[in-house]
Amino acid sequence: MLAENASIFYGAFRAVADVTLPVHERQITAIIGPSGCGKSTLLRAFNRMNDLVQSARVEGKILLDGDNIYAPDVDAVAVRRRVGMVFQRPNPFPKPIYDNVAYGVRLGNPRIPKPELDAIVEQSLRGAALWDEVKDKLKESGTALSGGQQQRLCIARAIAVQPDVLLMDEPCSALDPIATIKIEELMQTLKERYTIMIVTHNMQQAARASDYTVMMMMRPDRAGEMIEFDQTEQIFTNPRDKRTEDYVSGRFG
Amino acid sequence: MIPAKRPILDQDLALLQDNILRMGSMVESMTEKAVRALKERKVELAREVRAEEKVVDQLRLDVEEAGIRTIATQQPLASDLRKIIAATHMAVELERMADYANGIAKIVIRSIDEPLLKPLIDIPRMQFIVCGMTHRALDAYVKEDANLARAVQAEDDEVDELYKQILRELVSYMSEDARTISRAMNLLFVAHNLERLGDRATNLCERVVYAVTGQLHEPKPKKSSIATLG
Ligand SMILES: Nc1ncnc2c1ncn2[C@@H]1O[C@H](COP(=O)(O)OP(=O)(O)OP(=O)(O)O)[C@@H](O)[C@H]1O
Ligand SMILES: [Mg+2]
Repeated sequence: MLAENASIFYGAFRAVADVTLPVHERQITAIIGPSGCGKSTLLRAFNRMNDLVQSARVEGKILLDGDNIYAPDVDAVAVRRRVGMVFQRPNPFPKPIYDNVAYGVRLGNPRIPKPELDAIVEQSLRGAALWDEVKDKLKESGTALSGGQQQRLCIARAIAVQPDVLLMDEPCSALDPIATIKIEELMQTLKERYTIMIVTHNMQQAARASDYTVMMMMRPDRAGEMIEFDQTEQIFTNPRDKRTEDYVSGRFG
Repeated sequence: MIPAKRPILDQDLALLQDNILRMGSMVESMTEKAVRALKERKVELAREVRAEEKVVDQLRLDVEEAGIRTIATQQPLASDLRKIIAATHMAVELERMADYANGIAKIVIRSIDEPLLKPLIDIPRMQFIVCGMTHRALDAYVKEDANLARAVQAEDDEVDELYKQILRELVSYMSEDARTISRAMNLLFVAHNLERLGDRATNLCERVVYAVTGQLHEPKPKKSSIATLG
C-alpha cells in the first residue's frame, strides 16, 4: 500500500498532515510516536475505518495495488475485506469460537458449504497459532478464552476472509509478556502472506517485531506528521532525526 | 512532548563513562611508568605497573557487568545503546593495553641486572606518542567528537614508522655482535608492545566514532612487520 500526501481531518481539525508512506508488501511496518500524534487515525485510514466517524475526512490518496481506496466508486466494505484490522483490546463476539472465525466468511458468502467453512475455520485458527489450544472446544464462547487467546482469535477472524493487509492497533497492550511474544512470533509467520502495519507504544516491540518504522509527532498546530521513516534497525540504533532519538530513548513521552 | 527524566539510565551511563576514563588514565600512566622503569632501571616502578594491571582487569569486568545490567534493565536504544556497546568494547581494548604495559614491566624486571644495550631515544618517543593517542582518544570519547577520534587514528602511522626504525637498528646490532642478542630482543619486545598499544588506541577511536555516528568501520589493515612477537 502507499499513502500519498494523505491528510486526515475530524471536522475542521487536521489530525494527520501530509503523510507519504510506502508500506512494503509482506513486511511489518510499525508506527510509533507520542500519544495523540495520530497513529491510530493514520492506521484506520488504510482500511477506511475512519468512515465510521461522521466528521472524519481524508485528503490525498491511499493506494491499494495502485488504486485509490478513497475513489468515489470504491466500496468501503470491500476495502475492509482486503485490509483487516485487529484492535487494542481483544473483542471477540460473545459467540462460539467457531462462529467468531466464520463470521466474516459467512457475511461474504452466506451459502458457503459447511465442509468448506470448516476448513477455513481450521486454517485460520492454525494461521493464528490457536488451533491446538481450541480445537476441542470450538463450540465454547470466544469470550471464555484468555486475553492472549482472544487476541489470536481476533487475528484468526481477520485472516479468515483472506485479506492482503493486516492492521493492528496496539494489539498487545492488554496482554502479558508471554502472550505478547506469542503474538509477535505469530506476526513473523503471518508476514509470509500478509502485509502488516502495527501501532505500538512499546519501543522494544517495534524494535523486535517490525522491519520498517514510522515515527510520528504532533506539530504545534496539533496535526500529526511523519518525521522519519526507515528500516527499523536504523531507527533504533541510529535515527536521523533528533526528535526520534529523544523519543525512542525515553527523553520525551 | 514533555521532557522526561531518566535518572537510572543517565546515572548508569555516567558511571560507565567514569570507569572507562579511569581505565584510560591508568593505562596511560602504566605505559609511561613502564618505559621510565626501563630507561631509569627502576624495578619498583615496574612492580607498580604489575599491581595496577590487576586493577584494570577488575574495572573491565565491572564495565562489562554494568553494561549488561543496563541493557537488561533499562532497554537502552539509539545513542544510549551505542554508548554502552562502545564502552564495553573500549573496556576490552583498555584491558589489553594494560596487558602490553604489563608486558614491558615484566621485561624490565626480568632484565634489571643487565645494562641497557644503548641509550633510549626512539622507545620513549613511541611511548610519548602512544600515551598522547590514548589520552586524546578518551578526550574524543568524553566530548563525543568523531573528528578528533579520526585525527588520533592517523597518528598511528608514526608509531609504526618508529617501530620499523627500531627493528632495523636492533637487527644491525644483533648481526654485528651475537652477544647483544638477548638485550636487543628485550628492547624489541618493548617496542613491539608499544606498537600494539598504538593499534589498540586506534581501536578505541573506532569505538568512539561508532558511539557518536553509528558508523562501524573495518579496522585499518595492519602491516605488522613481525606478527609472531608478543
Ligand atoms: N473520533 C474523533 N473525533 C475527533 N477527534 C479525534 C477522534 N479520534 C481522534 N481524534 C483526535 O485526533 C488526534 C489523533 O488521535 P489518535 O487517536 O489518532 O492518536 P494516537 O497517536 O493513536 O494516540 P494514542 O497513542 O493515545 O492512541 C488527537 O488529537 C485526537 O484527540
Ligand atoms: Mg491510538
